[in-house]
Amino acid sequence: MTVIGLRLARPGAIASRRSLRVLEHDLLVFRRGWYSYVLSGMSQPFLYLVAMGIGLGLYVNRNGSLPGGVPYLDYIAPALLVTQAMMAAAFESAWPIMGKIHWDKTYHAALNTPLGALDLLAGDLMWVAFRATLLSVLFLAVIVVLGAAASPLVVFAVPIAVLTALAFAAPIMAFTATQTGDGGFNALFRFGITPLFLFSGTFFPIEKLPLWLQPLAWITPLYHGVAAARSLSIGQVDPVGLSIHVAALAAVALLGLWAARITFRRRLVV
Amino acid sequence: MPETTVPATQPLIHARALTKCFGSFTAVNGIDFDVAPGEAFGFLGPNGAGKTSTMRMIGTVSPVTSGELTVFGLDPAQHGARIRARLGVVPQADTLDSELSVLENLLIFGRYFDLSWAESRRRATELLEFVQLTERAGDKVEPLSGGMKRRLVIARSLINEPSLLLLDEPTTGLDPQARHLVWDRLYRLKQRGVTLCLTTHYMDEAEQLCDRLVVMDQARIVAEGSPRQLIDKYVTREVLELRFRRNDDETDDSAHLDGRLEGLAERIEQLPDRVLVYTADGEAAAATAYERGLRPASVLVRRSSLEDVFLRLTGRSLVD
Repeated sequence: MTVIGLRLARPGAIASRRSLRVLEHDLLVFRRGWYSYVLSGMSQPFLYLVAMGIGLGLYVNRNGSLPGGVPYLDYIAPALLVTQAMMAAAFESAWPIMGKIHWDKTYHAALNTPLGALDLLAGDLMWVAFRATLLSVLFLAVIVVLGAAASPLVVFAVPIAVLTALAFAAPIMAFTATQTGDGGFNALFRFGITPLFLFSGTFFPIEKLPLWLQPLAWITPLYHGVAAARSLSIGQVDPVGLSIHVAALAAVALLGLWAARITFRRRLVV
Repeated sequence: MPETTVPATQPLIHARALTKCFGSFTAVNGIDFDVAPGEAFGFLGPNGAGKTSTMRMIGTVSPVTSGELTVFGLDPAQHGARIRARLGVVPQADTLDSELSVLENLLIFGRYFDLSWAESRRRATELLEFVQLTERAGDKVEPLSGGMKRRLVIARSLINEPSLLLLDEPTTGLDPQARHLVWDRLYRLKQRGVTLCLTTHYMDEAEQLCDRLVVMDQARIVAEGSPRQLIDKYVTREVLELRFRRNDDETDDSAHLDGRLEGLAERIEQLPDRVLVYTADGEAAAATAYERGLRPASVLVRRSSLEDVFLRLTGRSLVD
């Protein structure tokens, strides 16, 4: 699957140097209001971490029934790290991209310069990666301060979170380029992102889901991101499992990229 | 790669049988035109005539369906980025970035054209001066007036010092004062040797700015020439406009002309609200009409305009 994804997406073909200019644009916007990006990205997962990890954790830990006997805070901390990257990526790929394509049409302005449609796509994906990295590093600091990671391998949860972010950003950008309003986004978040947030092994092992639901969890990218980050954070790494998780994330990201290349061209080059 | 790919004698834009289709809809239907360096060339026509589609093909952002098109002697399908590097584009919609300041809107465009930040800043400062927006440099874009936004878009289109400027309806929606300011700036650019290619559905704009223009209607070019040539060719020197009082039965007296304008003019055009009499001498025609017993509510003698040319060619007015 990864091989097909690679061939179809030809990542080399879109990494034009010009796409860096698009990233520069996004960083220019970021420079004006960096605090809002950080606060809006971090406040919610941080509240979850405190309320559930510490509050609810008291009760969960009493039963000691989590796999490997991990404290509940340690269990959900890496999951929330990945989740906040996913949330930020999903948001950035929906409304702001819609604005650039449809509302403000700033993509159309940029297309009058040497930039091409695929430069815009690649540049804004890099921006998502940047934002996910920034949020993940900050969240990692919180985890370390709270002593919620058992292993120093937890630092590798950051690249896992960024990869997860791209696995959401690319397909959602592909979807956004087919939309003419933000009605579809409400459905996407209500029936897609929020259920994923709750049922991808974030707060409890997916083995606790009804049997028929478990295969569904395996094919969602968040499950793989959470499982990979958690294994690193609690220091129980299974190399084969980790490779599968990373491969699954990369496959979804590349498939999304392939789809986005098509929908961006179709939308912007008419 | 030599900077000038076109010898001075060769047109900057060259189109033959240029066609654009969207599915089964033909937006541009086999048009031919050339634009020479230094010229101000216009596409005049009503909304939906195919002007914007033509501009977007020249701007290399919309693929040509069929026919021939070169810009700077280059094929847009092959060398889109190279062509765009030398083009300035003022699109119909402002497409300004509301998340950035006035100055930043220019700076980032300079970066898109691969200018260094320092060079981009130098040019942006100069351009804000040129369009009289220096005081607003640090402001957000949203509170600017329509005229200011338009001027900012023009400044943005000049950041790469283009030799060809494409303007799609540069003054639509602006008040008269703002229009004149835009015209003045475009005129200065023309004097500096920038080739202008613009679309408009205002005949006064075409008359003010264009050395040469084509009249477009329903995806085709229906006439070509300088504003003066078009007027001389298709209409008379003067136009007598007669308005008649509206009767109770919703007809007006113009319905009862009974041929009383016969022989008075080269051509008579009956519009819903007035009668246009095309003649070399409007005053004389008005006097004759009066002698023949016509009593219009108002009489106006004016010089003929491109509006009249358009009416003559298509039977419809430009702005409806």
